[in-house]
Amino acid sequence: MPAPETSPPLFDVAVVGGGLVGTAIAWGLARQGQRVAVLDEGDVAIRPSRGNFALVWLQSKGLGMPAYAAWTKHSTDLWTGLAAELREETGIDVAYERRGGFQLALSEAEVAARAAMQRRLHSQPDMVVYPYEMLDHDAVARMLPAIGPEVAGGSYCPLDGHCNSLRLLRALHTGMQRRGARYLPEHRVEHIDPQAGGFRLRHQKGELHAGKLVLASGIGNARLAPMVGLAAPVRPQRGQIVVTERLRPFLPYPVATIRQTDDGTVLLGDSQEEAGLDDSVGSEVTAVIADRAVRMFPRLAQANVVRSWAALRVMTPDGFPIYDESQTAPGAFLATCHSGVTLAASHALALAPMLAGGSLPAQMRAFTARRFDVPPTA
Amino acid sequence: MSKTAALNPSCQLVVIGAGPAGLAAATTAAKLGVDTVLLDEQPAPGGQIYRAITETPVTKRSILGMDYWHGAELVTAFRSSGARHVPGTTVWSVTREGEIGFSVGGAARLIEAERIILATGAQERPFPIPGWTLPGVMTAGAAQILLKASGMVAEGRVVLAGTGPLLWLLAAQYLRAGGRIVTVLDTTPPANRRAALPYLPNFLGSDYLGAGIALLREVKARVPVIGDVRSLRLLGENRVREVVYQSGTAPERRIGADLVLLHQGVVPNLNLANAIGCRQEWHEDQLCFVPVIDAWGTSSIERVAIAGDGAGIAGARIAAERGRLAALEAAHRLGRIDAYRRDAEAVAPRRAITRFDKGRRFIDLMYRPRAEHRVPQGDTLACRCEEITAQQIVEAVKLGSTGPNQMKSLLRCGMGPCQGRLCGLTITELIASARGVSPADVGYFRLRPPIKPITLAELASLPKSEAAVQAVVRG
Amino acid sequence: MFRRLPEPAVAPVSITIDGMPVEAREGDSVAAALLAAGHARCRSSSVSDAPRGPYCMMGVCFDCLVEIDGAANRQACMVRVAPGMRVATQDGRRELRA
Ligand SMILES: Cc1cc2nc3c(=O)[nH]c(=O)nc-3n(C[C@H](O)[C@H](O)[C@H](O)COP(=O)(O)OP(=O)(O)OC[C@H]3O[C@@H](n4cnc5c(N)ncnc54)[C@H](O)[C@@H]3O)c2cc1C
Ligand code: FES
Repeated sequence: MPAPETSPPLFDVAVVGGGLVGTAIAWGLARQGQRVAVLDEGDVAIRPSRGNFALVWLQSKGLGMPAYAAWTKHSTDLWTGLAAELREETGIDVAYERRGGFQLALSEAEVAARAAMQRRLHSQPDMVVYPYEMLDHDAVARMLPAIGPEVAGGSYCPLDGHCNSLRLLRALHTGMQRRGARYLPEHRVEHIDPQAGGFRLRHQKGELHAGKLVLASGIGNARLAPMVGLAAPVRPQRGQIVVTERLRPFLPYPVATIRQTDDGTVLLGDSQEEAGLDDSVGSEVTAVIADRAVRMFPRLAQANVVRSWAALRVMTPDGFPIYDESQTAPGAFLATCHSGVTLAASHALALAPMLAGGSLPAQMRAFTARRFDVPPTA
Repeated sequence: MSKTAALNPSCQLVVIGAGPAGLAAATTAAKLGVDTVLLDEQPAPGGQIYRAITETPVTKRSILGMDYWHGAELVTAFRSSGARHVPGTTVWSVTREGEIGFSVGGAARLIEAERIILATGAQERPFPIPGWTLPGVMTAGAAQILLKASGMVAEGRVVLAGTGPLLWLLAAQYLRAGGRIVTVLDTTPPANRRAALPYLPNFLGSDYLGAGIALLREVKARVPVIGDVRSLRLLGENRVREVVYQSGTAPERRIGADLVLLHQGVVPNLNLANAIGCRQEWHEDQLCFVPVIDAWGTSSIERVAIAGDGAGIAGARIAAERGRLAALEAAHRLGRIDAYRRDAEAVAPRRAITRFDKGRRFIDLMYRPRAEHRVPQGDTLACRCEEITAQQIVEAVKLGSTGPNQMKSLLRCGMGPCQGRLCGLTITELIASARGVSPADVGYFRLRPPIKPITLAELASLPKSEAAVQAVVRG
Repeated sequence: MFRRLPEPAVAPVSITIDGMPVEAREGDSVAAALLAAGHARCRSSSVSDAPRGPYCMMGVCFDCLVEIDGAANRQACMVRVAPGMRVATQDGRRELRA
């Protein structure tokens, strides 16, 4: 709990960052009855929430950190409830579907690599148990009849799904504001001072006081975290995505790199490139994306690409999220991850109540950034 | 296609757009010995004003007028210049490193250029009023293209509505071609006159003044013109049937229509420049964004120059002169001419620009379209592709969406096949008006290649490096 | 809706629109041929199925999308007619054929 307040601040919590992580937490906090302010940058910002692939995805996550696999599974289990609640509250259908999803391989070598990776993942101690299968070409073709002859096989997990992440962002914005949260765009936070009874945030337009603080500003966390005794060793990782015109439905399940949205457009992606803050798109990478997509689904060859974009993922050194609370400035928390769509349900319905309560319980300790302080043992 | 097969994978200068700016630029550069390639989407040179100049079926010269036939000289000079013309070529990407992606005959190609001149011209300003998406509603420019390229004139009940010189030009061309126009609904706000008046003296020195007045007389003598038209709605089920308008303080009136031709000025076609990352700024007189360029047309990206109406609306004559200036600078930077020669050869184009620019301010202010016709309301579509209404945009502003890029994420506006070409300005102005700030503070869509659709097969056929493969394939 | 000027004869080009034979002229864009044949509407939109037709004739609006020789969603105003060309109006979203 924060130190006793001298003059009560207007807001119980200030959430820094209005992307998917920040708004999911803010909506969750508002749902707990907290008075929330969300401070955000303006129209042009590094905001992966606008450029993501919209998978709600479990398979292959957590090799090296079983707690992450469990946290992810928990989120996918909560997702149906989140979608229903947002729909009820805002009238916005975020188009969540959980019919299972595929990861496809274009050679026997790719199949073998996938199978080995899955074995290692699922044989970790404390690994959460959930169903998945490796399928050969014919088995994949029974579920995805449009695949091409080059598809050698793939993995399938019935718990995977996808949503419309742009509508998710809109629903979270709408929902949190209906619940009284204040959204403050063009309030880039420059400085944070912990002080008695909470935090003082200096932003581009002035100052704001709040009892608690949640840093959810993606790449921006790296700069802000040290101001409240936290660490966020994050770097941007570029992901390029290619989008087609609207098409009649032909893809009944999402594939990790190809999915058809409820609007009919097909998203193809997404690369993982170390390119610093450069979010430009280039045909070298998009050509590979297109080539693999056409080999997986030959009929896509005729589809028109209407857009491409690059978004910057927020990556930690081990690729897993950081959830942390400050030892020196109690009441300051940090949340960062690269799968803000998948984890939106956990953030809104599990993490937010913890934050409202004022501390992170023991089960969240695996996610502390202090894990990076320990020199890796052999 | 055989022409492209012969294209080298690189050249010194690529000019994009074969209107007056691009033709003049390519001609000037090639004559100075620069290895020049001119790419254009159209099958024949000419751009918009000189559309189909080499092949139009409209042979009676008086119909299209002298200003049109002037284009023939440009094409003749270009043909003997030594520059290579690749028609039917859609450029969908230009990188800062000078790599140009284009499609021709259904195949994608890349070419590298040391310097690039964008001469992609103008497009008509969006005219977002109720019913503007109905079949049978087109732009005046569209009707003019049908006339120039196919010798077609509208028949039946034809209504023209809007403002700006091109509206009157089209009306005159139609009448000369024997077409009939039921009425012209002039939406020019009468208050514009007051704003433009101080610039009239300068206009008096212009070559265009006399021609403009004659044109207005020509049309007004033969077609009823209704002035001060404020509200405008188009009705119909499967196609337009009726125009409902309200002029001055008079009550609303209706007229039957089979074809409605809308126009309220032209604005720079900025998609390519924007996608490369060239800086642009709001132009308050012309109510549009224009790229930031120096006296030679060089953009904020050193390798890229912008000439013609794509650099700000100034008309065809100035477009050609600005094309020449950009070409001189390109020749200079490519080591073909020294700075003295560049400056000496620039004297004549600069003088011509001063002459043709007289009256531009007057015209800009005189024909500034009305706010009601730029900033729609209620369920009028702002984004035609994704069918996003004005009301939806205004509501998203209330949610805290302060600019078009966040708006795109919330509503998908600008994400359809036209890639924001026909909603970009409307969205910016809508947000600006809802927030009570200037469009300059709101900004514009940030665009990405491909700026024109290409097929996945075309994209897949482009070169791929091992690093790119590694970035995509997952274990 | 449109008529041709009685200018010198331009060579005719035979195409079909929705299976019906139509005589276009050399130099016509597909959109011009559609309009000359009385088709103001060439598709219905992929969002709400609303009727749409050519608007700008210069490649800006993408409302003139039609199927040309089997390939859907082509800009009719940017493609020239050719002898034997098969043009079809479209409804809603495009279907990808196997
Ligand atoms: C529809 C219309 C009709 C007009 N009619 C008249 C008129 O009758 N009289 C008049 O005085 N002014 C007219 N104007 C204004 C006039 O067009 C301009 O002043 C003049 O054409 C500008 O010349 P430009 O060279 O800058 O561009 P343009 O003449 O517009 O030429 C640009 C060229 O670039 C090409 N292009 C654009 N993007 C790409 C790409 N990505 N890849 C390949 N090629 C590309 C286009 O195909 C076009 O050929 C008209 C404008 C419009 C939009
Ligand atoms: S009519 Fe506008 S793109 Fe063809």
